[in-house]
Amino acid sequence: MDLNYTADDLAFRDSVRAFLDASLPKDLQDKVLNHKRLSKEDIVRWHKIVAKQGWVGTGWPVEHGGTGWSPVQRHIWEEECARAGTPPILPFGVNMVAPVIMAFGNEAQKRHYLPRILSCEDWWCQGYSEPGSGSDLASLKTRAERQGDHYIVNGQKTWTTLAQHADMIFCLVRTDPNARKQEGISFLLIDMKTPGITVRPIIMLDEDHEVNEVFFDNVKVPVQNLIGEENKGWTYAKYLLGHERTNIAAVGRAKRELLFLKRVANEQRKNGKPLLEDPVFASKVASLEIEIMALEMTVLRVLSLESAKRGPGPEASMLKVKGTEVQQMLTELMVEAVGPYALPFDATYLEGEREHSIAQDDDAAPLAPYYFNYRKTSIYGGSNEIQKNIITQMILGL
Amino acid sequence: MNFNITQEQQQFADALRRWVDKDYSFEHRNKIIHSEQGVSGEAWATLVELGMTALPVPEEQGGFNGSAIDMMVVMQELGRGLVVEPYFATVLGAQFLKLAGGQEALLEQVAGGELKLAAALGEKQSRYEMFDIATTAKKNGDGYVLNGTKTVVIHGGQADKLIVSARTGSGQRDTSGISLFVVPADAAGVSRRDYRTIDGQRAADITFSNVQMPASALLGKEGAGWDILEAATDYGATLLCAEAVGAMEALNAATLEYLKTRQQFGVPIGKFQALQHRMAEMFMQMEQARSMATLAAVKVASSDPEERRRTVSAAKARIGQAAKYVGQQAVQLHGGMGVTNELPAAHHFKRLTMIDVTLGDTDYHLARFAAQPGFKKSA
Ligand SMILES: Cc1cc2nc3c(=O)[nH]c(=O)nc-3n(C[C@H](O)[C@H](O)[C@H](O)COP(=O)(O)OP(=O)(O)OC[C@H]3O[C@@H](n4cnc5c(N)ncnc54)[C@H](O)[C@@H]3O)c2cc1C
Repeated sequence: MDLNYTADDLAFRDSVRAFLDASLPKDLQDKVLNHKRLSKEDIVRWHKIVAKQGWVGTGWPVEHGGTGWSPVQRHIWEEECARAGTPPILPFGVNMVAPVIMAFGNEAQKRHYLPRILSCEDWWCQGYSEPGSGSDLASLKTRAERQGDHYIVNGQKTWTTLAQHADMIFCLVRTDPNARKQEGISFLLIDMKTPGITVRPIIMLDEDHEVNEVFFDNVKVPVQNLIGEENKGWTYAKYLLGHERTNIAAVGRAKRELLFLKRVANEQRKNGKPLLEDPVFASKVASLEIEIMALEMTVLRVLSLESAKRGPGPEASMLKVKGTEVQQMLTELMVEAVGPYALPFDATYLEGEREHSIAQDDDAAPLAPYYFNYRKTSIYGGSNEIQKNIITQMILGL
Repeated sequence: MNFNITQEQQQFADALRRWVDKDYSFEHRNKIIHSEQGVSGEAWATLVELGMTALPVPEEQGGFNGSAIDMMVVMQELGRGLVVEPYFATVLGAQFLKLAGGQEALLEQVAGGELKLAAALGEKQSRYEMFDIATTAKKNGDGYVLNGTKTVVIHGGQADKLIVSARTGSGQRDTSGISLFVVPADAAGVSRRDYRTIDGQRAADITFSNVQMPASALLGKEGAGWDILEAATDYGATLLCAEAVGAMEALNAATLEYLKTRQQFGVPIGKFQALQHRMAEMFMQMEQARSMATLAAVKVASSDPEERRRTVSAAKARIGQAAKYVGQQAVQLHGGMGVTNELPAAHHFKRLTMIDVTLGDTDYHLARFAAQPGFKKSA
């Protein structure tokens, strides 16, 4: 057993660091490190910088313009990005719809969409959930009826992340209402500018606009936008769910945020001393740090299984549950660390419209919104309860 | 032993609940939160009319001389209704006046609803230790000159008068040498930065620069403010405990209703045992919290300061734990709906989180509980 990176891995890491040093704009880094809100332009800007370097498709094969990196290299890339404080590369195009197009799309679809995903010409969003279908996704009702060379789509999607910016949405739609739940579903790509689509914002606990309801009223979608075969959409959706998992636990960001937490706890006073020297608080931070260490080792162990060419498995569920627990514990301790200074709320500061927060403490200003926002992580992407159901069924056989 | 509330207390509670249901709907509250003032003059007038401002004031000053138990009943309803008016701040301020004595005229104005108060106690470095005071009040002829900055003063921007803690002697972290003053919010040299808090209330950072105060601004005896400050904030913590219980009641009721109605996999999600056990735990947490809120309301008036400190800290710590559990679980069990700003439940969760970091969080009160001399007694 050898827990160290190889010389090649280390050389790779240095090249990543050199790229990030040279290319990550200061203003974007500042927003990320200070927990401010990112705009569409911020995210697109960073995506294009990475695209120019050719490093967007980290999980993609070279033939489609991907990097062809090993799982360990991808891990290093993600960790270094988190450490430096880069904006995210949104997963909806690169990590979600692209693998489905590669595996099940036709040649024309691959040729058209994949380059546009790499270059961020299309902003994608994910249209799975519906008001009546969350955890029970297969119960979805949005209808797509074939009429000649079009589908006519009617229904409603919800919780659609950043759909307000999107050019394209990939949807699960019901094409055979008479088949068994999972068997009448198709996978459809829809242009957001098609007449009949309405996007309505849903405002989150931190008063940010992050998710939306999307309504389809007789929306005409060309049949050539169907992925694979009609009524086989559930298979593709399941493939997608199991696909992206290396960064699901977000260990890199957890490590960076742990350092931030320690900095804040060093600046806050308790009993006239730094809060981090308070044994009670120190013990909580220590427990969290140890949990992050365990999680990192678990991620690396799962990665090495993947390197040994075992297909995606239910371990992803474990990484999701433990990863989100760590993230939520971090934000919880951040609020505890700043105590009463968590109260002031200043959206203009979070939006970057004001250099300093209206209240006394700039560091403290984003922390309560961050905590409230991060309650989502144990709910979305298959709630933690559903992940535990998967673990009990698929790993434990209960 | 008698755990029942009196008929009068029930009437107060019923009147408040009727008002909240009829005139302080969730939508209306949202409008108030996003208004310029952040509070509603109309709502305040109703609270006054219902006798809420008179409730804690002694009878001699036109009040009902209500006990902390009476106030518990009221605060529970305000917690349930997510009321954002400056009631808590005013009542807390009034408690300083009551404890200091000699403030009949001001208390009369509180009872009549003409005077809103706020207690300006915390400073950047003080966290929950209200004796850590850098603000100074220097003797100047007959009066004093006040200098310093107070942070996160709850409803400090809406108050007519501020109760301010300042140092007239001793070191920055001593409990001696602390004096309390009543300062008009519009006095020369007072500047207030008013802002919204994450839970929809208001607070302010307030700076005092060379504020001239007459001798009559002093509350109680010079340098002897700590006992009053500690007793008054214990009273405030007790009120917050009651408010939290009301918020937990509303949150548990909403979650239970959701578990019974939300269908996934062809059944109400309340059929899943993984969720049932958590709902059961939420219920038990709330009942333990209610017990402690009641205990604190009884003991906060104790003539033995150690007993008061012990029980109030026990209550605030236990309720902080319950509020965190109930709040986080309620959000989780609501799924995506739980993290939107659209449900009252989400706002109860935010309020509960912020109650924990007001007047001492769970860790602070656990430590204070353990620091009481009686804690170390062993057989
Ligand atoms: C911020 C955010 C962003 C999102 N982004 C997207 C997006 O871009 N695209 C998209 O399609 N969807 C998105 N979602 C939707 C997300 O996938 C769903 O919210 C999630 O699947 C849960 O569904 P639900 O909200 O309907 O909760 P429900 O399924 O109603 O669940 C409610 C509660 O019941 C529990 N529960 C349900 N079934 C079981 C069971 N069998 N056993 C035990 N417990 C159970 C759940 O865990 C939860 O605690 C997003 C959600 C959020 C909050």
